[in-house]
Order: sequence, then C-alpha cells, then structure tokens
Amino acid sequence: MINLRIDAQTTDAVATPSQNGQTDAILMTRSLNFWYGSAYVLEDVNCDVRPREVTAIIGPSGCGKSTFLRCFNRMNELIPTARLEGSVVFRNRDIYDRSVDPVEVRRQVGMVFQKPNPFPKSIYDNVAYGPRVNGYKGDMDEVVETSLKRAALWDEVKDDLKKSGLALSGGQQQRLCIARALAVQPDVLLMDEPCSALDPIATTRIEDLIRELREQLTIIIVTHNMQQAARISDRTAFFTVAESGAGVLVEFNDTQKLFTTPTDPRTEAYITGRFG
Amino acid sequence: MDSLKSLPRAHPAADAAASEPAGLDFTRSRRDSLRRKLVERSVHAVLFLCALISVLTTTGIVITLLGETILFFGEVPIVDFLTGTRWTPLFASKSFGVLPLVNGTIVVALVAIVVAVPIGLLTAIFLSEFAPARLRSVVKPVLEVLAGIPTVVYGYFALQFVTPILRDIFPQTQIFNVASAGIVMGFMILPMMASISEDALRAVPRDLREGAFALGATRFEVVSRVVVPGALSGILAAVILSISRAIGETMIVAIAAGLQPQMGFDLLRSMETMTAYIVQVSLGDTPQGGIEFRTIFAVGTLLFVMTLVMNLLSDLLVRRYREAYE
Repeated sequence: MINLRIDAQTTDAVATPSQNGQTDAILMTRSLNFWYGSAYVLEDVNCDVRPREVTAIIGPSGCGKSTFLRCFNRMNELIPTARLEGSVVFRNRDIYDRSVDPVEVRRQVGMVFQKPNPFPKSIYDNVAYGPRVNGYKGDMDEVVETSLKRAALWDEVKDDLKKSGLALSGGQQQRLCIARALAVQPDVLLMDEPCSALDPIATTRIEDLIRELREQLTIIIVTHNMQQAARISDRTAFFTVAESGAGVLVEFNDTQKLFTTPTDPRTEAYITGRFG
Repeated sequence: MDSLKSLPRAHPAADAAASEPAGLDFTRSRRDSLRRKLVERSVHAVLFLCALISVLTTTGIVITLLGETILFFGEVPIVDFLTGTRWTPLFASKSFGVLPLVNGTIVVALVAIVVAVPIGLLTAIFLSEFAPARLRSVVKPVLEVLAGIPTVVYGYFALQFVTPILRDIFPQTQIFNVASAGIVMGFMILPMMASISEDALRAVPRDLREGAFALGATRFEVVSRVVVPGALSGILAAVILSISRAIGETMIVAIAAGLQPQMGFDLLRSMETMTAYIVQVSLGDTPQGGIEFRTIFAVGTLLFVMTLVMNLLSDLLVRRYREAYE
C-alpha cells in the first residue's frame, strides 16, 4: 500500500558508526517535557536527528508533532505560557541554556510553516529579509538569486522580483518561504506540514525540492501524510497521545523499517490505518 | 468507546424522541403564522426607523448648514471668504477672510498631532508587541479613562496647569496660547490614536511574525520591519482620524487658545480656531439672521467639508489595508 523509496545509501549510512563510536546527531532531545500552561503536551521525548538526512515526524492530530518541531528553534517560547524541561542539544550545545540567544538559534535552524506566509513585500525583499536582519553586508542580489535557485523558484520569478510575494500561487509562495529560510544559510530546516495547503502538483515540486536540499542540510518535516513521509524521509518518528494526554515518541527508526516492520503495535495500528 | 455508547441513554429527551413516530409536526395554526409574520415585519420596521434617524439627522444638519451658507455667500463672495487674511465680521469694518481661522485650526491640530502620533503609536506598539498580558490589562483601561474625560476638563487643565508651566519656561507666552491647547489636545487624542493603531498592529497575522522570528529577527526587527509596515495603512487611518478629531475639537481651544483670529505660526501667541469662533458667536449677543450670525454657518460648512474629506481618506486607507494579506 505504501510506496516506499528504497535508498541503498541510507542503509549504508545507518550501518556505519561515526568515528568516536557515538551517534553523530546534529540535534538531540533528552528527557524533553513540554507544557502550555497546565496542558501537558510532550512527555519525556528522547530523539537523535542525524545530519544531512530527512527526518519525518508523523502521528495523529494533537500528539504534539508541531510543538516538538518548534522546540528545535525555540519558537514555542513566543507563547507566554509555554514551559519546557529537559534539553535540546544542537551541535553539542543545549540551546535552552541561559547563555544561548534564541535569535542565534533561529538563524541556524530555519523554519517553513504550514501555511505559506510571505511578507507583504516584494519577492526580492522577502528573500533579503533574513540576511538583512542578520547584518549581511555582501552582494544581496547574489544571495537572492542563489536562494531562489536552491528553492527551484528562480526561473519562474527572475523577471519580476519586484512583484509582491503575495501575488504568487500557493505553491510558489511556499517555495518563496523556503528560499527565504535558505537565504540565512541554516544548517537545519524545520518544515511544519509544508504541503498541507497545497495542491498535488505543488506538493510534488516541494517534495522534489526536499530531496535535493537533503544533500546540503538537515531537514525535519512534520507531515500528516504517511505516503509523503515514506517518499521523502530517511528516518521517521512516530508520535502518539499517551494516557497522560501528552504526546510521546513511540518509535523512531529508518523510514523503511518503520513502515514495513514496526516494532510497536501502536505504530502498526497507525500506519495500517486502524487508528488516527 | 463505552462512554459514546451510553451517551444517548443519558439524555431523557433522546429516549422520548425515539418513542415517537419519525418526523416532526410542522403544521401551524393560521393565527400563529400570522402572528409570526407580524412580529417579523414590526421588528424590521423598528430597526429601519432607528437607522433612518441618523440619516435624517445628517441630512437635516447638511440642509441647515447649506441653506445659511448659501445666503451668506449671497452677500460675501466665496473667493474673498476663502482667500482673505482678515477675519473681523464682528467689528465695524467688516472683513470676511477665513484664512486666519483655518490657520489657527491647522496650527493647533499640528501641535496636537505632533504630541499624539508618536506617543500613541509607541504606546500601541508597546501594548500589542511587548507588554505582558498583565501590564496590558492595566494600561488599556487607564487609556480608556483618558478617553472618557470631558473635553472641558482638558480645557481647564490646559489653561490652569500647562499654560503656567509654559510661562515659566517662556516668559513671553500669552495667557491664551496655541501651544498649551495643542499639547493638551494631543493628550486627548492619544487614546484614540493608540487604540486604532493597536487594532491595526494586532491585525497583522501571527504567521508573519513567526516567519520573521524564524529567520533570526529580534523582536524589534520583527516589529519595525514586518509588523509596522504591514499595519501601515491602518496606522495612517488612525493618524487621519486623529487629525480630523483635532480639527473638530472645540472646548479645549475655546478655553485655552484664545479668540484672536491671526495668521502665523507663533505657538506662544493666542489664535482663534474655526470651532472657537463658532462658540464665540453662538454664546455672544450677535443677533440671529444677520450677516454676522451667518458667518458661523459658512465656517461650519468649511469645517464639515474638511473633516469629511479626512474621514473619506481614512476610509479609503482602511479598505486598502484590509486587502493587504488577501
């Protein structure tokens, strides 16, 4: 039923341990617990994300997938009642440490949202926004062009970069948002259901783009669509709602294994469509 | 699952409905349906009448204004009225140049705007972007109290409190002066400016803020480069409404700015605004029906046109602003 992408390279990479024998994770969460006010959202999540891979997060609605994703760039703290315990380690540094500036974290961990949210500015200014606020002094035209090319949007917009970003189609807007995120050269790109507001053709384009970007950066993608997770990701994390009402990480494995031979009955129930 | 199954049983009405034959009886007596129609119609009529009252009032005001104004312009050429720089309709040597009153009105309004716009906008930004919920719940009501103070109180506040301070700093300040009236008028307009701007700022979608934060923007960069530009037309509308409020404001200027129609921009001197002149004539012993009395209708019409243009302009901007994210 599920269309699996078999990738020999991936399995190789999994089999090869890193030099010091530990996992060479770029992002790790340890005993991550999360609350919005009195609502318990995430319970004791431990998860290692490897660099240059696409990690998909799947699970039923309300299992805390998006919240979990937003822990990686400290977006949750924009909500006043949010509270986090445990640690999120990015390149061996706890990003929730007091000494860490969330602005610095977000520059290295970019994000693309569920609904395309270009600024009501020109295409050029949308892409240039990030480099500008981060004090980039070099050739802005070049950054804009490179970023739009990386997001596979350049050919469609190169003749009217002055046009408003809002004048583009939904799929183009989402690729503009990806270009905007890429312009600050993040190491990690978080994607929160980036295709849920798009039609199938636009979705295919974004998925192709994710496969290309995988060569250059680490991608974590929340998706409602299991086929999508199977198509584009190297590893998949399955979340569900525990009895405490909070989201828990049930199973985290190579995408291929998770979808063909899940070890947890809850995962199996979910991927075979018996639940969620 | 179990709780779902037991749900219908827990509801007595559901049991009762189940025992009845399927379908509801919709037939009504003729009298009943007549009564319902009558209620519908009368509600409609009452609502329509209420809406009509404001339309009729506006029409009545415009007709009165225009009627007297036309009579006035029968005696004074409209060009002389609009371009003359001497306003002495109550003196023996009459002159009907309205510019000194317009000058006074604009200067006072400018002072008020210089006070109200920056403070109001910064207050709005603080309330919508920076203030914690608890502080916001204190500051907003205080602003609303400021909006509820009668303007006559502001007028005496200007005359009794602000003017003496100004005279301490600038001894040449006249008792009645534009600066004091303008500054206090600015504080009067402040709540409106702040409240409309805050609405405009809050209307900027959260998506956009998050998008900017996610790119590594600081809170100030998010506000200055995304939120304020996004809310710009709403903020402009607030500015224009504030201006039109300042132009129309009467009590403060009548009390604190004096009654001397004169040209110029010396803020420490007395000037007369259009509204203050209307008060002066209405309260004085000017006989009705004469040319002196008709001046207030001409001035009133001009005032009406000025505020109308301002309000239309703001309407236009607000409409444009609503489309900004579509």
